[in-house]
Amino acid sequence: MGTADFVEIVVKSLVIIWALLTGFAYMTWFERRVIARLQSRVGPNRVGPSGLLQPLADGVKLMFKEDIVPAEADRALYLLAPLVAVVPAIMAFAIVPVGPSVTLFGRTIPLHLADMNIALLYFLGLGSLGVYGVVLAGWASNNKYALLGGLRASAQMISYELAMGLAVLSVVMLAGSLSLVDIVNAQAGGRWFILLQPVAFLIFLVTMIAETKRAPFDLPEAEQELVAGFHTEYSGMKFALFFMGEYIAMIAISGVAVSLFLGGWRGPFAEQVPILGVLYFFVKLVAFLFFFVWLRATLPRLRYDRLMHLGWKVLLPLSLANVVVTALAVVARDTGFFGLW
Amino acid sequence: MSAQFVIFGLLAVTSVATALAMIFSRNAVHGVLFMVGNFAAVALLYVLLGSPFLAAVQILVYAGAIMVLFLFVVMLMGPEPAPLWEHIPGQRPLALLFGLLLAAGLIAAVNVEELTGVPGIMSQEVLERLGQPTALAQTLFERYLLPFEVTSLLLLIGMIGAVVLAKREKHELQAERAPREGGAE
Repeated sequence: MGTADFVEIVVKSLVIIWALLTGFAYMTWFERRVIARLQSRVGPNRVGPSGLLQPLADGVKLMFKEDIVPAEADRALYLLAPLVAVVPAIMAFAIVPVGPSVTLFGRTIPLHLADMNIALLYFLGLGSLGVYGVVLAGWASNNKYALLGGLRASAQMISYELAMGLAVLSVVMLAGSLSLVDIVNAQAGGRWFILLQPVAFLIFLVTMIAETKRAPFDLPEAEQELVAGFHTEYSGMKFALFFMGEYIAMIAISGVAVSLFLGGWRGPFAEQVPILGVLYFFVKLVAFLFFFVWLRATLPRLRYDRLMHLGWKVLLPLSLANVVVTALAVVARDTGFFGLW
Repeated sequence: MSAQFVIFGLLAVTSVATALAMIFSRNAVHGVLFMVGNFAAVALLYVLLGSPFLAAVQILVYAGAIMVLFLFVVMLMGPEPAPLWEHIPGQRPLALLFGLLLAAGLIAAVNVEELTGVPGIMSQEVLERLGQPTALAQTLFERYLLPFEVTSLLLLIGMIGAVVLAKREKHELQAERAPREGGAE
């Protein structure tokens, strides 16, 4: 690895971190404005034009809040938990290609940080590591509501991870690769996998909301029953870090969903004009994020037993059946059984 | 001293240290976390050996799924002081014996060329090829299909056994529920 490669990796990592943190800040603004609009309110509009400086004001406010550690808390884990919630979410974005290659300073630079043939496994692994932040926060706070929130989070993640993995697997079988770059390339010419795998897309859509603990799957922090669930005892910037983790996870998982099912950065003329590819990617990403917000404003929270029922008795069998059907179709395609493909 | 050697040293020390910390920690939740740290260090060792696939599976299956379940159980049970020694007759000498056998086997496997003069099958090229998902899949699903399926059957039997053990008969549940329902409600 030469110096130039090293510089390229460092610059890309910094850009990803910067973009995700900015994205997080403006996602809070976006969510509040959109929900307000859906509920016939105005939303934050005082700080800056259309309230655009609101995230900045919130950040300053949170930084000056008193930072409380409960006396009976497990101090080390209490401090560690918010970090564990954020870091895997940031790392997950490394595998998402946001555009075709561009040529800068005479170097061809692909617009993704890492292209590995295990990218999707890496993504699923990080997703499951993210649970630790929530579970540890719940346990270390030494608070019964927090503990219940943490327990719910761990049970929920385990229940939906399998169905998500199987939904991803159907796409992997079609593309023949675990790399998101290859999967996006396999969707060239408008053959988006949402058309070939509508069932897998719906399963992924449900599980991605459950994995990010968003409404209507926000049982770990159900405020009517558990005060604030796993982050009941947290205040100030540590409290903000949990939101950072949640919103960055939303952005990252949306990026993966766009690459898996909506053709990633692909679109008309994207290969000739790389900036168009980035634009297409961004538009599709925002569509997913809007969907997250829209759901939160629309649906009531699921009851806990319904959540488990949906995960284990509906989504898991459905995704298994989908994998079997996809496998048969792939074998038929590769052996020319139908003579259609 | 190459960078790879330094990284290996750091990871090796971390994995041994977290394993020891896991055994000696008094708090079960801390123990679980040290074990997760151990899995992470071992996964990075796999990356160093040119097998990112194994590393990802290690994180995904062990750190991401199994240990989350462990944590779930430990948190549900609460801080229960476990007995320090479990007495199964002859457990300790047998454990020592099998531990030594395992260590001897591992040392022989790693140093097979120095011990016998015959090069082992795990050359650098073989390792790099095996690190790829496709090569691993071919090994599992073609060459070792039967053992692979038998293993999965074994796991299934274990799972059914757990369900049978945990399942309580209807009349047992009713007997337990009856006094509670007749109480404060």
